Amino acid sequence: MGKTQITAEPGMPQIIVTREFDAPRDLLFRAHTDPELLAQWLGPRDLTMTVDQYDVRDGGKWRYVSTDAAGNEYGFHGVFHGNPSPDGIVQTFEFEGWPGRVALDTVTLREREGRTLVRSVSSFQSVEDRDGMVASGMERGVRESDERLEELLAKLQAS
Amino acid sequence: MAADQLSLVFGALADPIRRAILTRLTEGDATVAELAAPFRVSQPAISRHLKVLEHAGLISRTRRATARLSHLDAEPLREVTTWLAGYQRFWDESHERLDELLAALQGDRNDKPDRDQAVRAKGTDHG
Repeated sequence: MGKTQITAEPGMPQIIVTREFDAPRDLLFRAHTDPELLAQWLGPRDLTMTVDQYDVRDGGKWRYVSTDAAGNEYGFHGVFHGNPSPDGIVQTFEFEGWPGRVALDTVTLREREGRTLVRSVSSFQSVEDRDGMVASGMERGVRESDERLEELLAKLQAS
Repeated sequence: MAADQLSLVFGALADPIRRAILTRLTEGDATVAELAAPFRVSQPAISRHLKVLEHAGLISRTRRATARLSHLDAEPLREVTTWLAGYQRFWDESHERLDELLAALQGDRNDKPDRDQAVRAKGTDHG
């Protein structure tokens, strides 16, 4: 289907992830709020996702744990702010391996001709928090770095 | 790479003149005068840019006779691209799985015959 676009601007404590899906937005909303569905797609295939708690309402808590093949567990938790709806899901996000570095995530779903654009904005407390979170929590699959370096150098030369 | 060094590298890359300097250095080492030549900026201004790049670990400088040469150190660039690549991989893979789930759910809802196929694909595709 679409291509996942990630924007992480220098000096800004934010990450924006956008992606279009071939499905109506009510279904996307279910996939984001029904814990059974969420566990089936969030995270890489070689990690097992266990949703501990997912109380989708204003003030409701959520927590999930990602387990790798070696049995290492990575826990994440937060709280929903406002009643989640297809117009917006607002929640705090904290990696338990890095307590106190809380981010605020806002997910909006926009439907157009049967397709839905999902836009997720994560706002961190500082640029350092953002950079560290990306580096520590999501540090996976880095083999194609040489290719990416070539792409970056090509971009540098074009600009 | 430590988070604060990432910030330094990103900060260094945020300026078009500094990016142009890095591009020039991919062709080989250069003096301040050579680096300043394509721009309408003074040599001291270029020197300030070089200091930022050096602080971020993107270049190193050596003295040869009277000239001071700048040299590209690409390793921090590699680490920056690796940093983003890991995050991109996480979401690419999650979203591929979500595509498959949505297809399976829609097959379910509309009672389409391709539902089992979609579910099977989800179970076997561990690429």
